[in-house]
Amino acid sequence: MKKTHIIGIIIIALAIGIIMTTAGDASTYVSFSEAIELAEDGNNKKVHVVGRLKKDEQGHILGMQYDPLKDPNYFSFILSDTNKLEQRVVYFNPKPQDFERSEQVVITGNMKNDVFIADKILLKCPSKYTENEIKAGEGKPKTASL
Amino acid sequence: MINTFIGDLGHLSVILAFVAAIVSALAYFMASYKQPLGQDKLDWKLMGRGAFIVHVIAVLGIIGSLFEIIYSHRYEYHYAWSHSSNHLPTHYMISCFWEGQEGSFLLWIFWHTILGLMLIKFNRKWEAPTMAVFAFVQLFLTSMILGVVIGDLKIGSSPFILLRDFMPDAPVFKLDPNFIPKDGNGLNPLLQNYWMVIHPPTLFLGFAAALVPFAFAIAGLWKGEYTAWLKPAFPWTSFAAMIMGVGIIMGAYWAYETLNFGGYWNWDPVENAVYIPWLTLIAAVHTMVIYKRSKSALRTTYLLVIVSFLLVLYATFLTRSGILGNASVHSFTDLGLSGQLFTYMAAFFILAIGMMVWRWKKIPATQKELTTYSAELWVFIGAAVLCLGAFQVLATTSIPVYNSFMGFIGLKTNAALPADQIGHYTKFQLWVGVAIAALSGYAQIMWYRKNEKENISNALAIPLILTFLFSALFLLLGKIGWMPAVDITKEWMYVILLLTSLFAIFSNLSMMFTLMQKKIALSGGAIAHIGMAMILFGILYSAGYSKVVSENMSGLLYSREFPDEMNRDNVLLWRNQTTEMNGYKVTYKGQFMEVKGVPEYVNKQILFPLVDPYKALARADIKQNGKTYFKTGDTLEIIPENTYYEVEYKKDGETFTLWPRAQVNEEMGLLASPDIKMFANRDLYTHVSSIPQPDEEKEWSEVKEHLIGIKDTIFINDYVAVLYGLEKTTAVQGIDLNLAEGDVAVQADMKVFGENKEYHIHPVFVIKDKLMGRIPDEVEDLGIRITFNNIDPVMNKFSFGVETTQKDYIIMKAMEKPFISIMWIGVFVMTGGFIMAIVRRNKESKADSSDGNDRPKVMAKQRKKIVA
Repeated sequence: MKKTHIIGIIIIALAIGIIMTTAGDASTYVSFSEAIELAEDGNNKKVHVVGRLKKDEQGHILGMQYDPLKDPNYFSFILSDTNKLEQRVVYFNPKPQDFERSEQVVITGNMKNDVFIADKILLKCPSKYTENEIKAGEGKPKTASL
Repeated sequence: MINTFIGDLGHLSVILAFVAAIVSALAYFMASYKQPLGQDKLDWKLMGRGAFIVHVIAVLGIIGSLFEIIYSHRYEYHYAWSHSSNHLPTHYMISCFWEGQEGSFLLWIFWHTILGLMLIKFNRKWEAPTMAVFAFVQLFLTSMILGVVIGDLKIGSSPFILLRDFMPDAPVFKLDPNFIPKDGNGLNPLLQNYWMVIHPPTLFLGFAAALVPFAFAIAGLWKGEYTAWLKPAFPWTSFAAMIMGVGIIMGAYWAYETLNFGGYWNWDPVENAVYIPWLTLIAAVHTMVIYKRSKSALRTTYLLVIVSFLLVLYATFLTRSGILGNASVHSFTDLGLSGQLFTYMAAFFILAIGMMVWRWKKIPATQKELTTYSAELWVFIGAAVLCLGAFQVLATTSIPVYNSFMGFIGLKTNAALPADQIGHYTKFQLWVGVAIAALSGYAQIMWYRKNEKENISNALAIPLILTFLFSALFLLLGKIGWMPAVDITKEWMYVILLLTSLFAIFSNLSMMFTLMQKKIALSGGAIAHIGMAMILFGILYSAGYSKVVSENMSGLLYSREFPDEMNRDNVLLWRNQTTEMNGYKVTYKGQFMEVKGVPEYVNKQILFPLVDPYKALARADIKQNGKTYFKTGDTLEIIPENTYYEVEYKKDGETFTLWPRAQVNEEMGLLASPDIKMFANRDLYTHVSSIPQPDEEKEWSEVKEHLIGIKDTIFINDYVAVLYGLEKTTAVQGIDLNLAEGDVAVQADMKVFGENKEYHIHPVFVIKDKLMGRIPDEVEDLGIRITFNNIDPVMNKFSFGVETTQKDYIIMKAMEKPFISIMWIGVFVMTGGFIMAIVRRNKESKADSSDGNDRPKVMAKQRKKIVA
């Protein structure tokens, strides 16, 4: 057998190994009930959950808790997933500043003692271009003062 | 008035460029069709060339028109309205040119025209077949910005679309179809950075340059010239790999400096999409070197050159088709071009794979067996490792694509990217780094030595000794705390990476010195490898041993719930209250802004905001370093988006100040950018992670009334305020009160004693048109507001209302990144090595352009000399 063949076989073996490991490492999009089931089965694998924030009629987010004076690294909120199941989520980081204006939220993490511990939050904000956004007579002010 | 001329001119140029590309592709194809290389049909060739030149002129016309629209603030055009604004400085107008997808396509098209012209000029023999490929690519790219609708089929998205055509349902256009907005939406503030002016053109030049070797490879297959194409393609492949690498690093540096995820690389799909073809291009450079010496690895070279270009197309498809959806933070907005992008990609996949299959058997392959003592074998393995590294990143990055594909064939899947991306990629890429470092050191030494055991072990001895010596030294320095401590038992893979990268540095250094004595030009490869090893060393320490400095020691109230998940990375800093963290004494000292004409930042407290957000009044003289720049009451030009937070660090008697930045953006919320203090052995990286609600009004306590006389004091929480006197005034904070006769304004002169500083405070009491008015004054540092409520002329006492609010604070994160500078230096070293190698290969390809079948004699001679 030629050396190049041996190299070829090793490369293919490694490539298969890479694919297997990637499949093992890949996370999944699940609902909260599935996440709870996973945790009950003792599976600590981190999953993705897509959901929306619970808001009242005025558009205020309900059940949000962030008090930087007590602990700047603790943020908790309630997310309702695609099946409308509500779940408390804890994120051990400062509250993302554009959190209030987000529509859809994707979180990564797992369930622990009845709360979902998120280690990543991805916010989907409303599209930049909405048709009635443009107003006559002026450009939009781009800033608010801090 | 809406100026439709410039848009029509631009749009016409797009159509012309598209048509000219079709004509050029066809003509060049016909010129070379059934003709051997170098014997093209002249009339067709001249026609192809003419059409390409028309195409180039049309492309310049598109760019000129689009730039004119942006430069002249023609907001009747959607592109200018959505990417630019009146206050944007000229150099950022260049960046907003390519902020949108259309503009970045245009940039890519532009580089192709430049490279195409160079091919026409310098590679006459190959002109027809390579330019046929070029023009074919241009046809697809210009179609992306065509903006033509045929029935239901939309081809391309034109950058010249008018705002009213973009949003025909907007009520304002129903009222007045000729409405032109007065200002645009502006450039994404994160992109207002000098790196964003040069990073996209560099990266797209790299993309464009990858087309050159691809075009040569296809031309070689087509014309049956299976080996001759390598010579002209070689320097271009190195050039593409170098430029793409520089472009990637520029993007990484921008991310390090502007974003706040705490590093330079985040394994985001958009970053990966460029990293993958870069690795395969570098692998292609190496197999080309192997071919030059031993006539082997030709088929692999073909595959790698072709795959690199196809991966560039795949990267384009990934980032621009919207397929990444939730997976990436910063892919382009979806323009609905995914079908077109897919066609573009599919066309070239089919073309390239078809050509390969058709000609595969005819590509000469050697039957020569490689021995373990031949350097070529080890270089080949190195190239294979690079490809495996690329494959691994590709396999993971494509996860969203699998979902879409399964959805397309009717199966619902829910695969997501790994939750711990950094862990996932590091697991593989660390070993790619180890293998590459070890192989580059070993193969480099073998390459220029006679393939004999003894010779090689002699040459390896000194680098190996130095490697072990320095590794031991670094581990020891880690033990005594002078360097980051490497835990040998737990972090043994880091130790291996340290060993191999040091070995790569020393063996390539020894090779570099040997080669430099013979001929400096030969040492390019060794230098590039040293740079690569320095980058690995820098990554090892800066990413592996990045340390959070801002550990939060208070407020662990909630975290007790989950002790193992506890995160203390962010710390709360009250204004003017020093906090100690990891040996640093840190104080947050206030909010500052940029003022035009003043070199340093100016405290917000002395800037009185006006109706126009870009203007402010000076409430006090602006003095810096003994020079007065503005007087009280002057109108200043400010940049309102950016607030800089003054954070003072003290350590071992040394004091320095960092200015992390936060931008408040209507669409994107708070955008925090770090400020970085560079030391020789580490960077101190600091960013604001949260601030008190910027949108909400401050909440003040209930007003407390105090009736006092001159020289009396008021106690406010922990502070003491003293009333020193009263004086008549006609203006408040630089604003004229327009007092008429009988009106009066009195200003109290008070001083508040804070922890570190005294503050002057001047509340004003006004009687104007027989009405009382009060203008309170505030000490933001202390969270105090005082109102001058009344004057009691009989008692000679004055009444003041005092309110307090929460003091200002920031929540901040700070990290130390050891030896990150080694990585940036490594980039320069690597690029320098690349340039030397390109210059040398370019000379070779010119010196010997007749045929590619035998090894250049010059080279053989040189090598003999070295070996001797």
